Amino acid sequence: MANPIVRVENVVKTFPKAKVVALDGVSLEFEAGIVYGLLGPNGAGKTTLIRVLTTLLRADSGYAEVAGVDVAADPTSARTHIGLAGQYAAVDEYLTGRENVEMVGRLYNLSAHEARQRADEVLHGIHLSDAADRAVRTYSGGMRRRLDLAASLVGKPQVLFLDEPTTGIDPQSRIDLWDLIEDLVAGGTTVLLTTQYLDEADQLADRIGVIDNGKLIAQGTGDQLKDQMGGSVIELHVAEEVREDAIESLAGVSTEPAIFDHYRGSVRLPAPDGSQTLMNVVRRLDERGIAVQDVALHKPTLDDVFLKLTGRGAAEAEAESETTAPTKRRGRRGSN
Amino acid sequence: MAVTTERVERARITPLHAAKDIAVITRRNLLRNIRLPQLLIFATVQPVMFLLLFNYVFGGAIGGAIPPIAQGEYINWLLPGLLIQVAAFGAGQTALGLTEDLSKGVIDRFRSLPMARSAVLAGRTLSDIIRNGFVITLMVVMGFVMGFRYQTSFIGFFAGLLVAMLFAYALSWIMAAIGLAVKNPEAAQSAVFLPVFPLVFASSVFVPTQTMPEWLRAFAEIQPITVTTNALRGLMLGQEALADFGPGINPVQALADAPSVGGQVLMSMVWSIGILLVFIPLSVRIYRRTVG
Repeated sequence: MANPIVRVENVVKTFPKAKVVALDGVSLEFEAGIVYGLLGPNGAGKTTLIRVLTTLLRADSGYAEVAGVDVAADPTSARTHIGLAGQYAAVDEYLTGRENVEMVGRLYNLSAHEARQRADEVLHGIHLSDAADRAVRTYSGGMRRRLDLAASLVGKPQVLFLDEPTTGIDPQSRIDLWDLIEDLVAGGTTVLLTTQYLDEADQLADRIGVIDNGKLIAQGTGDQLKDQMGGSVIELHVAEEVREDAIESLAGVSTEPAIFDHYRGSVRLPAPDGSQTLMNVVRRLDERGIAVQDVALHKPTLDDVFLKLTGRGAAEAEAESETTAPTKRRGRRGSN
Repeated sequence: MAVTTERVERARITPLHAAKDIAVITRRNLLRNIRLPQLLIFATVQPVMFLLLFNYVFGGAIGGAIPPIAQGEYINWLLPGLLIQVAAFGAGQTALGLTEDLSKGVIDRFRSLPMARSAVLAGRTLSDIIRNGFVITLMVVMGFVMGFRYQTSFIGFFAGLLVAMLFAYALSWIMAAIGLAVKNPEAAQSAVFLPVFPLVFASSVFVPTQTMPEWLRAFAEIQPITVTTNALRGLMLGQEALADFGPGINPVQALADAPSVGGQVLMSMVWSIGILLVFIPLSVRIYRRTVG
């Protein structure tokens, strides 16, 4: 890549106290003007990578660069090029929306006048002009997230980092936030966002990196990832005694062999021809006299991509990371 | 990576830039003080209530045991001590403010901005000393209304207030270290009062230390809250305020045995400066480690 705006080379970060390898040699790069979506379950290392790139955390080894600046060697310069909206809306309840944004503008070293002007602009852009002079404690959860986003934009960052921007907010606010992010990108901002949801990554990201156990296990566009799954996915439940038979009998029906998802207790396989494949599956099982308890055809989810890439589901991966490192699932250091 | 580090020219934050950042953070903390009802009450109603309760409830009983310079007017004896007590309790706000910012991700945001690293702690303690200045002013005004009169000179009185402010600033930094170490606001709540309580009560704030048992007295007379309280009383009321004129004690002997005002002022300054020398670097270290 000629001039990547974000470049990560073999970054390793461990938390020795919790015995967690949060990042196990991650490398990725992408160019300006795109949305890069980092997709993975809780505890995969998404937040840790964001924290390394936003100078909040030092990597043990490896190299990370944002807008041409080595984040470890020159964090102050790097900070002038970035905006960060974390998992929690880091806004001050007892200040007004405008005061919050202006304060961040001042800390980006804008003059008082510039900060006021910029605050007006971003509050307008984020549809909070009407509520700008109310104390934030009167805001809804979705409004707080939007305000947090406004604060991260006030310094006109070259790269915007959004850590699970829609986790924990209602569906309508989620869609509003998606629209806002799309507007931003249309305006030329480069975004790195993390998410646990394939549909979110698919909706927003030009390129998706799938991360698991601190390793980048796949990269591509949403379509490429889903094409790997062969379009839709069939999920079926059969009695435990006949499960092996069922998986065996389905050989050759689809482009890939059927896989058993331990966590959900279902058998899954790609359905490249959609309902045609589904009919073939049902017919094949019927011929073998295997009773189907339940069967569904759906679009691939993060779980399917995960199952394909790792042999286990995303929910299962998350459960694992919770049992091994209950306090470090978000890569934060003890503060929650 | 280590090789390239040497060659990269790091962006520097100028002192002027840092001063502006400190001012921005200080202003933000002060706004919170004004707008958060419980903080405002803590800073206004509570100190005034202490003053009223201690003066009118205990004043009659304790009055006889205090030096004649303050006699008849327990408020004269009480006010310098209460200023220190309120400063000690109020310092906990530094810890609580920091833990709240830590837990809400506000400090993460600050750390991702191109601002002076020192501004978060400097702004926190600066806004707390401004709040303390406000509380001390309020108590002094209230004290005057209730009959407090300094017995020395205005300069002595004012010097006493400065000694109190310096001590309050030093306590703020202890609390900053405690807050950063415990991290969560609920734990900070008890962590800040635990050390403060025994220090305030085993001191000369409410009663003369001469009335305590020998072992407690040995501790009480060297600890910072006592020496700072004594320094204030000496500066505001004069040398006699530090003597124990209890029943059966020869007044000349009592005055000769009393610690000197200059000595108590010096000890208080040594405590305050010593605390700052230890706890500023310590807080900065914990801050870097906590959020690094």
